[in-house]
Amino acid sequence: MLKPEIKNYVTPKHIRDYPTGPSFEAGHLVSINAGWRTFKPVVDINVCTGCYQCYLLCSDGAISKTDNKKIEFDYSFCKGCGVCAHECSFNAISMVKEELAK
Amino acid sequence: MKTQMSKQKVFISGDEAVALGVRLARPHVISAYPITPQTIVVERLSEMVEDGSLKARYIHVESEHSAMSAAMGASAVGARAFTATSSQGLLYMAEGMHYASGGRMPIVMMNANRSLALPWSIFGDHRDSLSMLDSGWIQVYVEDAQEALDMTIQAFRIAEDAAVLTPFMINLDGFILTHTYEIVDIPDQSKVDSFLPVFKTPNKMSLEKPKSMGFSTSPADNMEFKYQQHKAMLDAKDIIHSVDNKFGEIFGRSYGGMLDSYYCEDADYVLVTAGSVTGTARIAVDNLRSRGIKAGLIKLRYLRPFPDEELRAAAGDVKAIGVLDKDISFGYEGTIFTNVNSALAHLSIRHVSINFIAGLGGRDISIKDIEGIYQDLEEAVTVGKDKSFAKVRYVNMGVEIDG
Amino acid sequence: MVDIKKITAKNMTDKEFFFGHKACAGCGGSLAVRLAMKVFGEKTFAALPAGCMSAVGFIFPQMAFLNNAIISTFPGTGSMLSGMRAGLDALGFHDTHVVGFAGDGGTADIGLQALSGAIDRRDRIIYICYDNEAYMNTGVQKSGLTPYGTKTTTSPAGKNLSGAVTHKKNLFEIIAAHDIAYAATASVGYPQDYLNKLSKAARVKGTSYIHIYATCPTGWGISTETSVSLAKEAVDCGLWYLAEYENSTFKINRKLTKPELLKEHLLKQGRFKHLKDEDIKVIESERDRKWAQMMEKWG
Ligand SMILES: Cc1ncc(C[n+]2csc(CCOP(=O)(O)OP(=O)(O)O)c2C)c(N)n1
Ligand code: SF4
Ligand code: SF4
Ligand code: SF4
Repeated sequence: MLKPEIKNYVTPKHIRDYPTGPSFEAGHLVSINAGWRTFKPVVDINVCTGCYQCYLLCSDGAISKTDNKKIEFDYSFCKGCGVCAHECSFNAISMVKEELAK
Repeated sequence: MKTQMSKQKVFISGDEAVALGVRLARPHVISAYPITPQTIVVERLSEMVEDGSLKARYIHVESEHSAMSAAMGASAVGARAFTATSSQGLLYMAEGMHYASGGRMPIVMMNANRSLALPWSIFGDHRDSLSMLDSGWIQVYVEDAQEALDMTIQAFRIAEDAAVLTPFMINLDGFILTHTYEIVDIPDQSKVDSFLPVFKTPNKMSLEKPKSMGFSTSPADNMEFKYQQHKAMLDAKDIIHSVDNKFGEIFGRSYGGMLDSYYCEDADYVLVTAGSVTGTARIAVDNLRSRGIKAGLIKLRYLRPFPDEELRAAAGDVKAIGVLDKDISFGYEGTIFTNVNSALAHLSIRHVSINFIAGLGGRDISIKDIEGIYQDLEEAVTVGKDKSFAKVRYVNMGVEIDG
Repeated sequence: MVDIKKITAKNMTDKEFFFGHKACAGCGGSLAVRLAMKVFGEKTFAALPAGCMSAVGFIFPQMAFLNNAIISTFPGTGSMLSGMRAGLDALGFHDTHVVGFAGDGGTADIGLQALSGAIDRRDRIIYICYDNEAYMNTGVQKSGLTPYGTKTTTSPAGKNLSGAVTHKKNLFEIIAAHDIAYAATASVGYPQDYLNKLSKAARVKGTSYIHIYATCPTGWGISTETSVSLAKEAVDCGLWYLAEYENSTFKINRKLTKPELLKEHLLKQGRFKHLKDEDIKVIESERDRKWAQMMEKWG
């Protein structure tokens, strides 16, 4: 597993369905964070140099490296903070209003 | 230890008996902070770790809060953990105690029962452990050094049972038990090893199956975890009985499980006790019986889980019941009294019941005091109908009190 | 000396160990935790006290840590780490990291005793304090690491007082005074420096401590995208510093480069907007005193 994953969680029906005490499978996600954004980061891969500063500085780990030495966003978990765009020395990322991005 | 008698019989204090019990139980981690009258336990354990006879890590924590916190850390990675404290130290652990029980961590702790400041007093009563009665720990009160050692071994087995996974507190009356020397039979290590299996729990962090532990819940899930805790504590009763029986089979000693009754079968007047005062009360009962008074005695061994059914069976049809509390919940009555009355309220018969507050801050409780208690019960039955007797009485006050 | 490869953005693991958490957008604390876990890896057992990082990472059934992790009591992180270390060692799991991530309050105030005990015992644990300069999880109250002039909900700025009236507790030196094996300060604004220090901490035989300055957009009143740049600026203008303590010696890793930025830096933040010139003077002179002392003693 590369990162915690969204699991298919069934709400307990019986007390047996709960874990014994507050102890649960690590990396068990049931919800995404996409709804937090008003702006979304968009990368211009022609400008991106693959320096990975944005990747390094994303609090949410929502940027990954691609095979062609560029980056891509995980929009399910990007909260739209704008740090990546602010810190990219090459201005390869722009923050676009959600509605316009669609 | 101190005076070697035979291979297995030694003359030791209650504290030393606990330390020997702990060594036999082979914990991985011990974290404790000194406080009178618990100190001998941690001193002996430190010596055992030093001389290599106990292969445990001894963590020199800087407080009781940390003693409990470290024990929880050890338990969370699947290690067997022991701690010991008393009085102010127990209260300083309060946050961790609820935490450990909520986290279903089967830590074993010895508590040397001691009064709570203010005023300061290093002597014994039950106000420390009873103030933690709701913290989700199993609480047992022992009567002598042998029971202290045996219960230390039983404690791990009960606490770690998959159906229980609940921390366990062994209470010894400060000084009266912790510092009094008695002849104690020391079980064989090999027998203890077969009685007490290696600690295994699914409720731990591991490299194969990483865990998120001690998480938070929304109101949508919290009650379910609390229910589980309650259920586990109730289920512990059966385990307590079966472990005590099993212990008896292997070591030739068992303690009656949840409570121990003495001459209750035909008793008119029953006194309920916990801990070391039971020994004194037994003598009082013998004296009264020789005078033809039908006195009986119930030693509550466990206060959590509470032996309600067992109590009803043992004291179902007596004329009066007295409860000796080394405790007072200011503004009401002794805590054991409240619990006993609540258990008896399930019966349609209404007992005459009186609470005897005794032994606070180490005040003596003599055989005579206890004989006086039975006399009070007898009188209360006689005048009982007009309900003019005091329900909560202080025993052996040094001065006159009004009312 | 073994030549240990530096961990950088380019070569670090693609694994995300702290992911899907509910921290505010641009949270510096969660960046500090995320990067640390990338350095320490999967054989890490973490403990986090009550505070933002535990609150956002362990909301049943949403568990954001991929590695083993537990919430500790608010005062008990240091001791819980010791217990975990002792338990793991007793069970033979020596090749593991035991790491704490605690806020400034959980470290400098209520957790200081347990942390001091752990360092004193020389337990092989790593303790990371993410310093967002207030009790954030409970709604931005003043802590022992809240700097002078900060407006918090318990140090309001009004007619009589301009926010917090004391300077930051000197925690780094308090920790170092234990003669700890390794201690360092860091900032999310200098991530490579932080990564280097994390790598060092991971190799230390005894206790190590890293104090990372971690911006909190929500509690500081700053726009989320400036989270990293402000943390850098705080170092540049001298309100924070990058230093290490190792082999009983202090070392400054970065000199004061832009002292003149101080006022501008402060006034960018909601929590300092109310400051008058004389308040800024107080902050400035404390900064100068601190730097003069550091340069003289460690420079
Ligand atoms: C014994 C105790 N006292 C108080 C609290 C309430 N409390 C929980 S988190 C918190 C603030 C945490 O502040 P800090 O450690 O700075 O971490 P942050 O929230 O900023 O990440 C407080 C006061 C508690 N959980 N336990
Ligand atoms: S910071 Fe900019 S240039 Fe560097 S990888 Fe990210 S988008 Fe590309
Ligand atoms: S906007 Fe923020 S959360 Fe989204 S990818 Fe950029 S840095 Fe990460
Ligand atoms: S309040 Fe501050 S520290 Fe807490 S999660 Fe939000 S940004 Fe992070």
